Amino acid sequence: MLTINNITYQVGQVKLLKDISFSIKPGEMVAILGSNGAGKSTLLKILSGTNKPEGGTVSLHGRLLNDYTPVELAHQRTVLTQQNVVSLPFLVKEIVLMGRYPHYQHTPSAKDEHIVQTVMEATGVQTFAERSYLTLSGGEQQRVQLARALAQVWEQPHALLLMDEPIAGMDILYQQQTLAILRSMAQKKFIVVSILHDMNLAAQYADRIIMMKRGRKWYDGTPAEILNPKSIYEIFEIEADVFTNPSTLKQIIMPHEIVFEQSKTPLTH
Amino acid sequence: MPKGLVYVILSVSILVAGIVSVGLGAVHIPASEVFLLIMHKVGIYNMPQVNEQHNVIIFIVRLPRLLLAILVGAALGISGAAIQGIFRNPLAEPGLIGISAGATLMAVAIIGLEATLLTGLSNIFGYYLLAFGAFVGAGITALLIYQISRHNGKPNVATMLLAGIAINALAGALTGLITYLASEQQLRNITFWMLGSLGGATWQTVATLVPFVLIPVILLPASGKALNAFALGEMQAGHLGLDVNRTKRRVILLSTMAVGAAVSLTGIINFMGLLVPHIIRLMMGVDNKHVIPASALLGALTLIIADMISRTLIAPIELPIGVITALIGAPVFLYILIRDKRKLSLN
Repeated sequence: MLTINNITYQVGQVKLLKDISFSIKPGEMVAILGSNGAGKSTLLKILSGTNKPEGGTVSLHGRLLNDYTPVELAHQRTVLTQQNVVSLPFLVKEIVLMGRYPHYQHTPSAKDEHIVQTVMEATGVQTFAERSYLTLSGGEQQRVQLARALAQVWEQPHALLLMDEPIAGMDILYQQQTLAILRSMAQKKFIVVSILHDMNLAAQYADRIIMMKRGRKWYDGTPAEILNPKSIYEIFEIEADVFTNPSTLKQIIMPHEIVFEQSKTPLTH
Repeated sequence: MPKGLVYVILSVSILVAGIVSVGLGAVHIPASEVFLLIMHKVGIYNMPQVNEQHNVIIFIVRLPRLLLAILVGAALGISGAAIQGIFRNPLAEPGLIGISAGATLMAVAIIGLEATLLTGLSNIFGYYLLAFGAFVGAGITALLIYQISRHNGKPNVATMLLAGIAINALAGALTGLITYLASEQQLRNITFWMLGSLGGATWQTVATLVPFVLIPVILLPASGKALNAFALGEMQAGHLGLDVNRTKRRVILLSTMAVGAAVSLTGIINFMGLLVPHIIRLMMGVDNKHVIPASALLGALTLIIADMISRTLIAPIELPIGVITALIGAPVFLYILIRDKRKLSLN
């Protein structure tokens, strides 16, 4: 169980997070939605223990995040960040193995090697396991990073998966496959929290959606409960229609077309 | 190439190059005699008649010089590899980014103060003081560059290189200032020291350098895994349970210890820290678990060979060894720059 209570966070005078509380049970897949600058990534950094909140508490399995040692925490939660620049031409399998670093001292165990293989197959990166990471396309690199993040907690149900736009840069097939993997992790009793931009994918794969705006939690509920034209307008300031797919009963969101109008008043005088 | 094979090839090459190098010079001594004389000295083999002249040349002049080349080469190779790991950048070279200049400044400052504080640098304490001072200078500079070159927690290559230029200029100016203010005796010491090279090798300099090189060579390979994680980014390394600040402190301390002490005894030998890890990565991949120890070996080998070339190319005149390493290293630096141009401009 991941529980956060009255989290606030500020940098200088700017309050990035205001009074956020929720808890997430093992087995839940939660999508975090919100416009740019709403505080989604900041929230994820608080949940991962990278940043310490000004106020409020974060606890995982009933224990405060602060009370975990770095290695203990690495066994219980994994993070996929938005930008991943690797400085040297490591091989793909070497990068995925890094996910197992918290689990061994000098030499990876047979179990570590096995997990690396399994995860590489699950994420479809085993075909380029021997290639240099730097020669891959953006989407392929993202899948390798996903594999590394999954390898870190693969055999540890109830662990927390924090994903910041995990499908960024992927083609449509891998977007679906990645979310399907995360979905199946949730079914294995992992706690999955993922920032997404695509509301349709969120509706399709998430059990629950948290919508954020200006550092606050605005909506929190199942896709059916909270995805409607009113909430979407409030959060994203776009007009949209929301349908329900009659066969899957999932929401389909269709934003209205926006017509760009040239400013009538000149910008400079 | 299989990794074990690389270690074997490097170790054997060091042995062979070492023996050949000891034989080379104004008085040529065949490799076989060198080998037997050393065996005789350590008591494994009893030589029927010992050539006294050769004996003196080997054990007073050439062997200390060889050992100094090995120690300094290992120091420059391993610290280059480790510093590149921490800076997350294959262009981070102690000489280029000003770490060596910081070491030089401290060493010159110590020589400048020496006349009033100490009796002379000829004693072993003087060498240790010099080596330790240079280590402190190198450490402070490394931390400074590290802080300057980071933006939002990410290292910036361009800033790092530019800061290196500035630090090199600043340390150079301060070194020049001290030189200018120095007394005649101090000036003689400074000039002698700045000429650097492996020419000043004695058993004393070798003994001074041993702990400063051995400790990093033994302890740094254990940071290999941590430095691999660093390649993912500092934040990502933290997510893997790594104590990022502890790793940073440990690696900077150990690598500046090696490079500082090496600089304090031989002057700045540029491009070694760039060239050596680069070749190792081409041979055995980028896993720091291997790049770090193997860079120590290749560093030693490279400096033995560079020293041989510097002594024999236009004999009897000796070329500064830095000329040889720069002749090979600078083109490699340019090559990496051109290869990574796109990537570097993105940073």
